[in-house]
Parts: sequence; structure tokens; C-alpha cells
Amino acid sequence: MTNGWVDIKNADLILAMGGNPAENHPCGFKWFIEAKKTRGAKIVVVDPRFTRTAAVADFYCPIRPGTDIVYLLGIIRYAIETGRFHEEYVKLHTNASYLVGEKYGFDGGLFTGFDEASGTYDKTEWAYEADPKTRSYGIDHTLQDPRCVFQLLKKHVDRYTPEMVERICGSPKEKFLKVCEMVTSTGNAQRCGTVTYALGWTQHSTGVQMIRAAAMLQLLLGNVGRPGGGVNAFRGHSNIQGATDIAGTFEILPGYLKTPSGPLQTLTEYLKDATPTTMNGAQWPSMNYWTNYPKFMVSLLKAQYGENAKKENDWGYAWLPKIDGNHSWMYIFDDMYRGSSTRAGGKEPGPEGLITFGMNPVGIGPNVPKMIGALSKLKWLVVVENYEIETATFWKAPKEYGTDEASKIPTEVYQLPASGFAEKDGTFINSARWMQWKWKAIDPPGQAKTDQEIMARIFLAVRDLYEKDGGALPEQVLNVTWNYTNPAAPDLTEVLKEINGKALADIPDPKDKTKTVRLAGQQIENFGQLQDDGSTICGNWLHVGVFTDAGNNAARRSTADPTGLGMFPNWGFSWPANRRIMYNRASADAEGKPWDPTRPGIVWNGKLWVGDVPDIKPDSPPGEYGAFIMNAEGVGRLFAAQLADGPFPEHYEAVESPVENLLHPKVSTNPVSKRFSTDKDVYGKREDFPIVATTYRLTEHYHYWTKHTQVLNQLQPGFFVEIPEGLAKEKGIANGSQVRVTSARGSVQGVAMVTKRLHAFRVGDKQVWEVGIPLHWGYAAGSTGHTGPLANHLTPSAMDANTWTPEYKAFLVKVEKA
Amino acid sequence: MVAQSLEIRRSSASVWGSLSGARSVATVAKYIDTTTCIGCKACEVACQEWNDLRPLATEQVGTYQTLPTLDAQYWNLIRFNELDFEGGLAWLMRKDQCMHCDDPGCLAACPAPGAIVQYENGIVDVNPDQCIGCKYCETGCPFDVPRFSRTTGKMAKCTLCVDRVSVGLEPACVKACPTGCLHFGTKEDMLVMGQTRVEQLKKDGFVQAAVYDPAGVHGTSVVTILAHGDHPEWYGLPSDPRVPFLVRVWKKFLRPFGGIAILGAVFGVVGHYMRHGPKSAYGADQDDSNLPLA
Repeated sequence: MTNGWVDIKNADLILAMGGNPAENHPCGFKWFIEAKKTRGAKIVVVDPRFTRTAAVADFYCPIRPGTDIVYLLGIIRYAIETGRFHEEYVKLHTNASYLVGEKYGFDGGLFTGFDEASGTYDKTEWAYEADPKTRSYGIDHTLQDPRCVFQLLKKHVDRYTPEMVERICGSPKEKFLKVCEMVTSTGNAQRCGTVTYALGWTQHSTGVQMIRAAAMLQLLLGNVGRPGGGVNAFRGHSNIQGATDIAGTFEILPGYLKTPSGPLQTLTEYLKDATPTTMNGAQWPSMNYWTNYPKFMVSLLKAQYGENAKKENDWGYAWLPKIDGNHSWMYIFDDMYRGSSTRAGGKEPGPEGLITFGMNPVGIGPNVPKMIGALSKLKWLVVVENYEIETATFWKAPKEYGTDEASKIPTEVYQLPASGFAEKDGTFINSARWMQWKWKAIDPPGQAKTDQEIMARIFLAVRDLYEKDGGALPEQVLNVTWNYTNPAAPDLTEVLKEINGKALADIPDPKDKTKTVRLAGQQIENFGQLQDDGSTICGNWLHVGVFTDAGNNAARRSTADPTGLGMFPNWGFSWPANRRIMYNRASADAEGKPWDPTRPGIVWNGKLWVGDVPDIKPDSPPGEYGAFIMNAEGVGRLFAAQLADGPFPEHYEAVESPVENLLHPKVSTNPVSKRFSTDKDVYGKREDFPIVATTYRLTEHYHYWTKHTQVLNQLQPGFFVEIPEGLAKEKGIANGSQVRVTSARGSVQGVAMVTKRLHAFRVGDKQVWEVGIPLHWGYAAGSTGHTGPLANHLTPSAMDANTWTPEYKAFLVKVEKA
Repeated sequence: MVAQSLEIRRSSASVWGSLSGARSVATVAKYIDTTTCIGCKACEVACQEWNDLRPLATEQVGTYQTLPTLDAQYWNLIRFNELDFEGGLAWLMRKDQCMHCDDPGCLAACPAPGAIVQYENGIVDVNPDQCIGCKYCETGCPFDVPRFSRTTGKMAKCTLCVDRVSVGLEPACVKACPTGCLHFGTKEDMLVMGQTRVEQLKKDGFVQAAVYDPAGVHGTSVVTILAHGDHPEWYGLPSDPRVPFLVRVWKKFLRPFGGIAILGAVFGVVGHYMRHGPKSAYGADQDDSNLPLA
């Protein structure tokens, strides 16, 4: 989240789209209700289903799954056409006035720079117009130049008329216009609105661009950086934000630093590649905060390799594994299934073993038969879990998943009993970026161990083997620093201190070299104190401040609220720098006055920025730097040349879609979205599978875990399929009867829940039905739990082009009476 | 029912309660705002766990609702109702439990002395020690709440967590509610809160919004906010709940009449004894055993 849970209470308007917060985040949802009751805020829900959130919303508009970009660009078009956007903000804080180079263009569904053979774009063709001699970008403050971002955006969204929205999304025009009117009511200084989303946006082959479209809308309305505003992602697990921060995916190191790739053999090359430069010298100076990248990286290497990391050996950079292509888990499983890896041109064997930690790939992966097939090729599999999950028992999965005879599966499976969330201490980082320490409630049962003990024991055993017998690339293991009091079960406060980082030598004050800001051995207080000369260690620069010499700040629980806006600065620690609202410089105008004095983010008092922890140099007067310090150009991006699938979002149909793309039938689906090509990777035709399906969670259960829990099974006893009344009538399906849903991958059977809350959509001149499939069941539920079909038996291996997140939210099925 | 410090306002099959008149205890109420309830069922679980009720084996029959109706093991149930109406589609969720009527039909119908009591703070509770499991309270309740437990042979229902309330805590369901659609306090305060919310709803276009506090049972210790106040039946609530006529006849007429008849019989027996002395034909044991039945 750019803002936070509590801050939602400051909103005048809440657009809940691509998520169902009442269902999936009921505790956070209290702030929606708070906004409604105390501010008279309006909640607008745009969703394929009339959800629990819609049940308490002020306005609901249906939308066909997978068409959110059309809807959002339609709102942007409306805002521009009617002038209902925050012009002063847009000119000051966004790149609306920046000129884009002549090479940029868009035609027939493709942006310029597309390479058909590789299915990728050359993003340099979308660069700003810049003069390297004067180090300046071309800028037109009047926003009239046809090459300026604002005019290009206006042209790009011109096709997304209310009529087109109705034809593609199946949303009635008058309802769409009502949503436009409500949402754009915040496009001014007096009002402010928030956009909330979750997996309903991320899990599409165009997921990242849906979120981009929302971010652009919020920039246009002047709602980013302000209390009550922002673009707010609700995370799907209690600590998934923490997992991402600390390198949850293959392409990032802790703190969103980049994983080095093969061609970058030295630290110098790597840092040159990773540290952004800006042409923005003259017009609007930018802090370009990522120029500090080398400090974050060297401090990370020092934390990782300790005394072994020296300037002479590039701080151990060579020991970091280098990636040679896509190592996202979808690709790992593809390699596993095929038994070979074809990345980077060379044919290599696929993985021979897998350790899954707190993860159930058979349940969560798309196309379950492929997941099971992949695991069946492994020599060994280690599952670290509290329950005997589907992954641990994949070899005895029901035959309908295409499972081989157990005797033919060579995989040796080990399950290590882990401890549950209440059986260990540590931090949770919530959607609001709050790091909150939690205390252990009870001891783990039996031989179950904490995660850190399991990990530490594996590490120590591997290190012993390397010491004794040697092996390939021993430095990577032997040079790792492991200075914990109990090396076999590190105390997590020690780990948190290490993540925060400390000074190894005295750190001089940059303003007065005769003074020091930190003495050797002291904990670092803020990431401004980090150094690139090996004198600081830091496990994650974004988390600096969480464990200072004052103690464990994640454990703070003060309910003091000096601003009255619910920022609670002494409750836990909010990364970065304990800032509660990101980009908060944009909450103020050119003079540093808040857009809305009743809801100030930060205010310039003549000497300093006060209020929230400022997202700008605290003593830098207004006008010195742009508000978006993490962007090289210092402003918010309405046009972003960084993404894989285009500088502007564009509507592409889901990989499996019931209709052609009405805008450009020749480029119907996302041209850079990837799919796989094994025998299991089959995709359905709309003639065979005419109905759109979408998957989701229920409030009564948590993922694939709680089907073991009697109390919750009583609330939602088993698998069901939500079917609109009209479709049920057409197929002769009665409420509560058995129904079968089939996709190109497989088939599931369950109880039909016939409902008014799902719809038919009129798309062009075609009627499209949808069905809904909750995902909490599976075949592993112990002796007392409730089993049921895995929803992902149906879902396709199609992915977003930027994050490789599978498309679980829109795919094709057929429905029959069972 | 717990051994507690609350005095009793009314008790089943008794003429008087135990109110000493020395204390001033306000009537309490639970506030339920159906317009901000998301049907998460946290209250269902909290109720079951606080009251140590065993989970039930339920079945998916095509609804989000946990059970078709309340159960002796399940005192708190969110009722889901989806409907088309002129204003569009609605998915109504209403927390169903004992309404704790000011004039409780269950208590009126109950023939077992002290089996159903109304405390001085308005909470209506079943005392299983006194309950004879006759199910008359089922007949008396206009909200279809009390349930017979086959396991215990007694009636069971929501106690408004009188054990928690009597030590200054809110009911378990209120404690668990994540959105704040449930509150607990004095009935007076809850009515004020309800009126404020109704005004807001009216401004938001729900012109029929209302507080449901039915006069037919002299009001309830559950204050329910309905967006469609003109259609309580959409929420599974009776539009004009009253204690059933036959229960009234029993309570107001037949029972006093029965009392008079009993009194008459006692006078008759005493008179007979004074006049004729003890019966002497058979053994004394047999005489004794006949006496209480007179």
C-alpha cells in the first residue's frame, strides 16, 4: 500500500476493484466502514460478482472478468474530457508535460519496438525526448504539445468511450458513467479518494498494467501521496509483504535490489547497470534516490559475507548467483516437468530436487496435473509444513489429476514438521508496510521446529559437508557469515538487528566531517547513514530503523496519534523510515502547503517538512526536488517506459477469452504475455468452453489450510460453484444439486450455488456467462478435515508479462449438470 | 445461566421477581447495524467458542448461510438473503439470535418456575436447572429462537453473554466483530446510536431506513438497523412480533384461574380435614403420596 489500512478512514471515496476486501480482509475493512460513518465516504465496487464488499457498498457496477483496463482507461478518458482532474497537481507532480521521443507510437494493438520473434518490446523506443548536451528533457508546461505525455495519453484513451466500455466490459453505460462521476469527484484539492485492489488485478495476463492504469488515474486525480488517497494493494497473506521485501522472488535481492545476471560479471558493471541516471538537471531537479544504490548493495554484501567481503574482492559480488533468464517458479516447474532447462540457449537438465517452505505448489499452482507431473520427475522433495499438504502427498493424488501409479514415481519425499504462526515469534509485515513484532503464544507440538531452526540446521549441515568433502563453488557457502549466538536456531531479534544493520566503523557526519553520526558497533538509524566503503552492514536497506539502539521498534505499541489522521508513528515500524504515507511530498502544492489543510500529509514550515516522516529531504525547500524521489525524473509517471508490455496500459483479452478483442482482433491477447508448450499446457477454445470462470477465496477459510479445522468447516463445509440464475435455468441446474465444471486442463464437481449475484454480460452482440469457483479444498485434509476438488485443476498456465503471475481470474470452462 | 449478582426482574411461572428496588441497573442492548455487516461469521464462531458449544457437521446446500436456522448448539446465525428490488440487487445479512424482548413470550409461556428469567438489565436467560424441556417457550417466542437440545433435554439460546456482561464485558459476538457493526451498551445509548445511523442512511437514499425495536413485545434488547425498515421480513424478522394469543390467554387468564382452582382445592382439602379428620381406611403411606397431587 502507498498509504495504510487506517488511512482509508480519511478517504472521501473508495474504489474497490480487483479485490473483495470485506471477504478477504475483514479486519482492515473496518476502516472502509469508519470512512463511511465518520466522513460520509462513498464505497464504489466494480467487480464481476456482487460480493460481500458490494453488499455494503454505496454503488455496484458489474464488469466482465479481465477487462479492468478498459474500465479504468474509460474513467481516465471521462476525467480528461470533462476536466474533472486535478490540473495543478498533474502539472506539478507528474510527467504529463514531458515530451516523448519520436520513436514512440501505437498502432493496431502494438506499441513501437515490438520484436515478433522474441515476443518482447525494445523499451528504448519509448524514451523521453532529451538533450544530452544540456542534460535536460523536453517539457511543455502548457500540456499542448502533441508529443507531451498528457496529449499522448489523451489520444491513447480516446478509444475507451462509455459505449466501448459497455461493449467490452459488459457494464451498463449509465452505471459506468455514475462510477466515473463518483470517482472523478475527487479530482481536486478539496476531496481525496483511494483505490484498493488485491489478487483480482494481479492474477491476469495484463495484471501489472491494470494496476498501472489505477496508478495513472490516481495521479491524474491528484490522489497519490495524500492522506485518504493512494493506490492500495491488499496482500494475500499475513507476511507476504515481508516475504517480498526480503527477496521473495528470483529477480530481486532484499530491499528490491536487482538480482545480478550473467553478463554483469563485476560489481562495477552491476552497479552501473542498476543505478539510474537522470537527464533532469535544469527544469525540475530530482533527488533520484536510487543514486544511493551502491551503498545499499555494498552494505548487503557486507551483511552476507562479513569479513570475507573486501574491497579487493568486490565485497564478494562474484559469490552471488547470477541469473541467466526467467527463474520464476512457473518456469522452475516447467523445467521440472520437461526434465530440462532451455534458458539462455543452452540445454541443461531440469531441477532434481525441491525444498518447499510454507508453500503448497500443487494447490496454488495453475494446472494441477502439470504441477503433479513436475514433482513426479524429481529425485527428492522436502516439504516444510505444519500439515500433510497436497504437495507432500502428491504421489497419492486422486487419478483424475493424471497421477502416475505411486510405484512409478521415483521422488523421495521428506516432510519436516514446521511450527504455525502462533508457535513462533518474529515480525509480520502487513499490507500497510507496518513491521509488527509478534510474540510466541505456545510451543510447537512434538518435533515441530521453527522455520529459522530448520533453515539453520540445513545450512550448517551443508556447510559441514563442504568443509569436509569440498564441492562445486564452495566459496558461496563457506564465505557466508553466520554469527548468531545459537547458530542452529538463530534468535530472530538477532536476525532483525542484522537486517537493520550497524556501523562497523565510525560514520562521519556528511555536513561536518569532524563529527560522527554513528560510532563503530552502533545500530544504523536511517538508510542515509549507509556507506559503500564497507563500513556498514545492512540486510535490507528498506527496513533500516526497525531495530536501532533504542530497541526493537517493531514491538512498539503506542496508540498516540499526534496528527489525528491515524498515522500512529510509534506503533510498530513502517518502512521506509517509519513513513506512513509514501510520496507524501505530493500531498502539498508548489509552496509546500497541503492541498487540503484538514488532511495534511506533510507541510513546509519555512525550515522543515513536518507531519508524517517526509518523503523528501526534510530540510529541502519546496521546489528544490521533485516529489517522487525514487523515480529518476522526480515526478509521477503517467507514461512509464519501464514495463514489459507498454508505456501505457492497453486492453488485451485474457489468454482464454470468450470473445475477440473488439479494439484490435489481430492482437487480441497480450503480445508479450508468455505461455508454455508442454503436452499439459493446453488452452481452451471458446467454441468448446464458452463460459468465463474466476477463482477466489472465502472469508470463512484461509487458503488450503483451514479445511483441517472443524469450526471453520462448519461455516463453509465444502466445495461449491457459484452459477448465475439464468445459466442454471438454461442448463437445468437446481440450487444445491451437483454440477460439473470442465476446462481444457481438467474437471471438477461440486454443489451448485445458484445466485443472483453472478451475471451474464453482453459483449458486443454476444451474451457471455460467468461462474465462480472458490479455492479452499484439496485432497489432503488429514483424517478429520474436509476434502474437495482443487480449483486450480481448471486454471491455465498463462502469465503476466512483468511478474509471471498466473491468470487465475479469467479463463474458460463449460458447465454441465452432474 | 450463571450464578451472578444480577437481580431478577421477572421469572417464569412466578408472580414476582427479586427486585429489591435498592439498585439502579440500566437495561442493556446489543446494537446490530445490518448495513455494515459483511457476514463474516466471526460472531458465530465467537459465540460458539465462548459458550463451549461443539462444532456441528453441516453440509453445503447452495448458500453462504451456515445453518437453515438456529440450533441448540448454535445460538448466533447470520441470515443471508439475496433479492432483487426496485433499487437493484441486495445481499442482506442479518445476525439472528435471541432478541431479549422486554416482554418475553418464552418467559410468559414457560410453566416451570424460574426456568426462564429476565434479569434487572433486561437479559432473558434460561436456567437449565429448572428447565423441564417442555418446549412451551418455542411456542411463546415470536422470533423462533429457543431450541430443544436432545443431548441435555433442556432448552438453549443466546444468553447475551450474561456471564460476561455481569462482570463488565461486552458479549463475545460484539468483541469479535471486525467492522464495528455490533456494539453493546445501555439500550438508551444504542437507540441514540441507531437513530444517528438511520439519519445517515436516509441521507444516502434509504428513505425507509429504521431502527427495529418492535413495540409488540415492548421493545427488545437487540437494536437492529435496517436499510429497508419497511420490509423487516426481507431480513427474516417479523413485521409485528407479538406474544402469541394463546400464550397470553394462558398467562393472563388460565394460569390465574388455575391458581384459583388450586387454592380452592387446598381450601377444600383443609376444610375436609378439619371437618372429618384424617382418613383411616388404608395405610398412612398411600395417604401421603396422594396429598401433593390434590
